[in-house]
Amino acid sequence: MLKLYQFCGIRMRSCVAISVLFLYSPQSFAALGDDASSINADEAHLKASVRVTARQYYSIHEMHTASETVIRQYVSPAGRVFAIAWQGFSPDLQLLLGDYFNEYLAAASQTARRGRGVHLETGDLVVDSGGHMRYVVGRAFLRSQIPSGVSTDELR
Amino acid sequence: MSSGKFGLLFPGIPALLCLCAGCGGSSSPHTPQGAASKNVQAIVVNSGPQNNYANGVFTTVTICAPGSSNCQNISGVLVDTGSFGLRVLASALGTLNGSLPQQKDGNGNPIVECAQFVSSVVWGAVKSADVGLAGEKASSVPIQVIDPSVAPIPSACKAIGPAEEDLASLGANGILGIGFFVSDCGPACATAGTGNPGFYYSCSGSSCQSKGQPVNQQVQNPAALFSQDNNGVVVQLPSASGSAPSLSGSLIFGIGTQSNNALGAAQVYKPDQKGNLKTSFKGTTYEGFIDSGSNAYFFLSSGAVGMPNCPNPESGFYCPSSPMNLSATNASASAGASGTINFTIDNANTLFSSPADAVFPTLGGSNPSTFDWGLPFFFGRNVFVAFESPFGSGPYWAY
Repeated sequence: MLKLYQFCGIRMRSCVAISVLFLYSPQSFAALGDDASSINADEAHLKASVRVTARQYYSIHEMHTASETVIRQYVSPAGRVFAIAWQGFSPDLQLLLGDYFNEYLAAASQTARRGRGVHLETGDLVVDSGGHMRYVVGRAFLRSQIPSGVSTDELR
Repeated sequence: MSSGKFGLLFPGIPALLCLCAGCGGSSSPHTPQGAASKNVQAIVVNSGPQNNYANGVFTTVTICAPGSSNCQNISGVLVDTGSFGLRVLASALGTLNGSLPQQKDGNGNPIVECAQFVSSVVWGAVKSADVGLAGEKASSVPIQVIDPSVAPIPSACKAIGPAEEDLASLGANGILGIGFFVSDCGPACATAGTGNPGFYYSCSGSSCQSKGQPVNQQVQNPAALFSQDNNGVVVQLPSASGSAPSLSGSLIFGIGTQSNNALGAAQVYKPDQKGNLKTSFKGTTYEGFIDSGSNAYFFLSSGAVGMPNCPNPESGFYCPSSPMNLSATNASASAGASGTINFTIDNANTLFSSPADAVFPTLGGSNPSTFDWGLPFFFGRNVFVAFESPFGSGPYWAY
């Protein structure tokens, strides 16, 4: 601990840079397809805090809920949430999928043959989920909104 | 819900044939009725009670009002190593449902559960029942009776996903969760508040509030509550050389407790706290798990494995143009054994084009960034599931 503290003291700029990078930003969470700056309901509803990290083609807004579910929202340079990923206990998908939740429900209830998890493709919307009781992994994205240069395998 | 590709089958007949005559290319011995070992429960892979399941493994569970001979045999119950605890449809219980004591909170209000599965929820009362499997019995076990009429599903439960509340949506009369955790939610649900993932509710009339539920009052894996052979289970299914109408095997209770359940040379794979081992595929390590309630090898994505998804409505499965031979390596989450698994994925649309078949050893589909070793993995293996301490020496899988 002491060494870490000293390192931090010497490299003050690094410390400052990290604290800015992980800035808690209450206005940066939104439902799939929404403008990221327009909604802050998710954080309050899920009683979680958001950490933002920048990538080349997008930013990831990562949230840990009180029940230790990790939720990541992928925001395009245009400020739109084009993908969501989650792991842990099942999240509030109605909140996270927003306008797409009913489309998800309708499609999910028609996939009779797949026992456990879903993989749905309803045109623009793609939803994947898997896992077991107590631990669910999933993601949803809008094909039309993925920034160029981004592979869907990054979205997890 | 349509009965899908199995619509022309005669429901139940494959299962009956197998139970009586040991069909399905089985290499496992079949004991005549009456002489069956006390800890051996018959299981069968077939199209299920709704005649529409692919790779579903089912059994019959005896449920009784506690301490009584008022019992009901419930057939078509899915055998699931990926969940914890017994759930049955109220419609399958019939009049017995009214004789099962309702679990109540301190104010006398009924406890109702929103059990959260991967992409769905089941809603219904927590009740107490004696549960019989083979010659084993667990007394006064908290089980879930799936019944949407008990109270309206709370909005927080509906927000997780679609509710499976009847035979048509569940495809089974119940789910027998025999995974290595003994309570279905665990410590996270024991305390009320924002960290509670919302499995348990206390309902006053039609108004239900999320509540903390002590771990030992949560819905429990009944196989951990037997008076003996209670430290784990072995799922034993013969190999299947190709698709088939049915495949019969055994669910054996206990590990190292009888002559028929010794661990022997099986390798032990320990999970992390979340219940996952490590699976390596093409140089990358992913979370993995072994789940009889998943009806295929579900792993990664179309792009990552180089196989297309099938067209809708089967986009949950892979449709390679020719069978793909693959291999991956399982290892304990921390230090321990590792071992390679070879498996083959075939075109699901081709497999499903044979309407009589319900056993598909080469069925696969996507599961982003994880490896779900579903039912085909169990074909030709004895898969041990050791319960968590203090019920057993797990949690672990061994095979």
